Amino acid sequence: MDLKTLTFLVVGATFALYIFIAIKARASSTSEFYVAGKGVHPVLNGMATGADWMSAASFISMAGLIAFKGYDASVYLMGWTGGYVLLAMLLAPYLRKYGKFTVPEFIGDRFYSNGARLVAILCLITASITYVIGQMKGIGVAFSRFLEIDFAHGLIAGMIIVFIYAVLGGMKGITYTQIAQYCVLIFAYTVPAIFISLQLTGNPIPQLGLGSTMTDGSGMFLLDKLDLICTDLGFKAYTAQKGSTLDIFLLTMSLMIGTAGLPHVITRFFTVPKVKDARFSAGWALVFIAILYTTAPAVGAMARLNLMETIQTGEIGAPNSNLEYSKRPNWFKNWEKTGLLVFEDKNNDGRVQYYDKGLADKEQAFGWAGNEMVKVDRDIMVLANPEIANLPNWVIALVAAGGIAAALSTAAGLLLAIASAISHDLLKGIMMPNITEKQELLFSRFAMAGAILVAGLLGLNPPGFAAQVVALAFGLAASSIFPALMLGIFSRRVNNTGAVCGMLAGLGTTLIYIFWFKGWLFIKGTAMLPDTPANWLFGISPGSFGAVGALINFAVALTISQFTADPPGHIKAMVEDVRVPRGAGGATGH
Amino acid sequence: MSNGQEYWQRNLRLIIGCLIVWFIVSFGFGIFLVEPLNSIRLGGYKLGFWFAQQGSIYIFVALIFFYANKMNSLDKEFDVHED
Repeated sequence: MDLKTLTFLVVGATFALYIFIAIKARASSTSEFYVAGKGVHPVLNGMATGADWMSAASFISMAGLIAFKGYDASVYLMGWTGGYVLLAMLLAPYLRKYGKFTVPEFIGDRFYSNGARLVAILCLITASITYVIGQMKGIGVAFSRFLEIDFAHGLIAGMIIVFIYAVLGGMKGITYTQIAQYCVLIFAYTVPAIFISLQLTGNPIPQLGLGSTMTDGSGMFLLDKLDLICTDLGFKAYTAQKGSTLDIFLLTMSLMIGTAGLPHVITRFFTVPKVKDARFSAGWALVFIAILYTTAPAVGAMARLNLMETIQTGEIGAPNSNLEYSKRPNWFKNWEKTGLLVFEDKNNDGRVQYYDKGLADKEQAFGWAGNEMVKVDRDIMVLANPEIANLPNWVIALVAAGGIAAALSTAAGLLLAIASAISHDLLKGIMMPNITEKQELLFSRFAMAGAILVAGLLGLNPPGFAAQVVALAFGLAASSIFPALMLGIFSRRVNNTGAVCGMLAGLGTTLIYIFWFKGWLFIKGTAMLPDTPANWLFGISPGSFGAVGALINFAVALTISQFTADPPGHIKAMVEDVRVPRGAGGATGH
Repeated sequence: MSNGQEYWQRNLRLIIGCLIVWFIVSFGFGIFLVEPLNSIRLGGYKLGFWFAQQGSIYIFVALIFFYANKMNSLDKEFDVHED
């Protein structure tokens, strides 16, 4: 069977599974629609959270980033996992105890103002929309590359699937579909990794293979060999640090705080039955995430090694030791067609040279005229990896299904967060509080359908700034939502003026800092200074500023609250109440 | 100090302890001390690199389960656990 038919079959089978689950798990009340009726087992919720969290970016882009950045990509590995420690200890159990449906609802209640709730709604929608555009694009790319149907049709197919199970099932349908999607994506991610680890090191566990010796007879450790090849070809050593320590620190911190503040992740912890379950569920979520995140460094390093050894087949500088362009492998040709891999024969020798500036002093002697791999898009690494390693076709089909599962599951979680912010917080909470539950459920379905349509349209015509806005999404979550939630739980003293000023100050400084270097509203040519390290304040890149924004938020909120009125008594009682697991109705005598 | 306050203080102490470990393994070993730690080997891994790309993640998982277990017994000790 050829690859295309096989891919159609595998992807089609997963789609049939998702729709089957959606029909089995329809939502019939607002509680089921928003939080799956608070009846999801903590381990299953952890699995769903894993799928919700791991997006097309984690599945497709991260290992590629690691392959080309080496040690410096550790910021993503630590940043996107460390946030769960903060979630488990600082937010999840208390928000679950509070027992409402959405993040803006807690902020609005705790800081007793619709203003605070509105700021939270705004942050939530901006952060979620920017995220969802990327997922939609990922779905379109996966379809067009593997099924060779055009981007728009692929995107529409994805939209229809999400529409069926998200609009019908709400959080309940999404949760059970995400569990299936987790299984698909983790299988698709680890199978090729195991094969490649076996090929290169003889060890089937990629996490151990990365620390093992090569089976090519050199007896060298894999990472040492990779360091050697990189430096020999003029690249920086793979395991060496390239960026500034301060920026690496702040970016990791921003990603951690941002992760803990992203509403679609927090909402997942509203779905478990008990406070106790919320704590454990965060742990399980991280277990399921860690399976992929600890495999990714092996995938990245091994893909890089395979790529370099495919091109540089022998001793550097010797006449016959570079890949002949006419004999390039199939995956090379396939990716050239997409424009994501570009070769240019600069010295007209019909062979491929892939090296970096560190070799500038020797290139003339070799007869080389510059790096000829003009473009190697990092996003192709995970998708091309099974082909580079000559794995069977069914593995390649599986990777396509896995990438689509990762994108679909995250898109659904984000769309639900957007829909509930609109129907529950904006409509029911602020604009028309008198609607019945049935009407609200209907509105939330409309809001969901609308959100899918908007996300699809934006994915079809992605604004040029889609990639840059990811920094903004994390900046927003880190500088506004996380501090407000944490202060709302850990301080009885912070009042509505303090919280609103804090959120606006954190949000404002982060926005201004990002726009200053990226252009106002990301419009080209409106940046105040070129986006280069020399111009950054203390060398802090715009993407890393979220941690500073969070610090400003904390400082402003605490200071202003000191000089303004104490929160009313019932708010203090509410804070006391969220801090203990036992239900308020339990009348336990204290 | 009332029972409720003591429960909260014990919880805060536990959180601070866990977050110190969280900070040391990721920001400490994985970022600030990565160069000196890289002179130590863990199989084919340089130790600092291992903490940054593997070890910190394993320790994060362990920390959450440690915290959840400790809090469960604390909830029972102060009789604030759910039914």
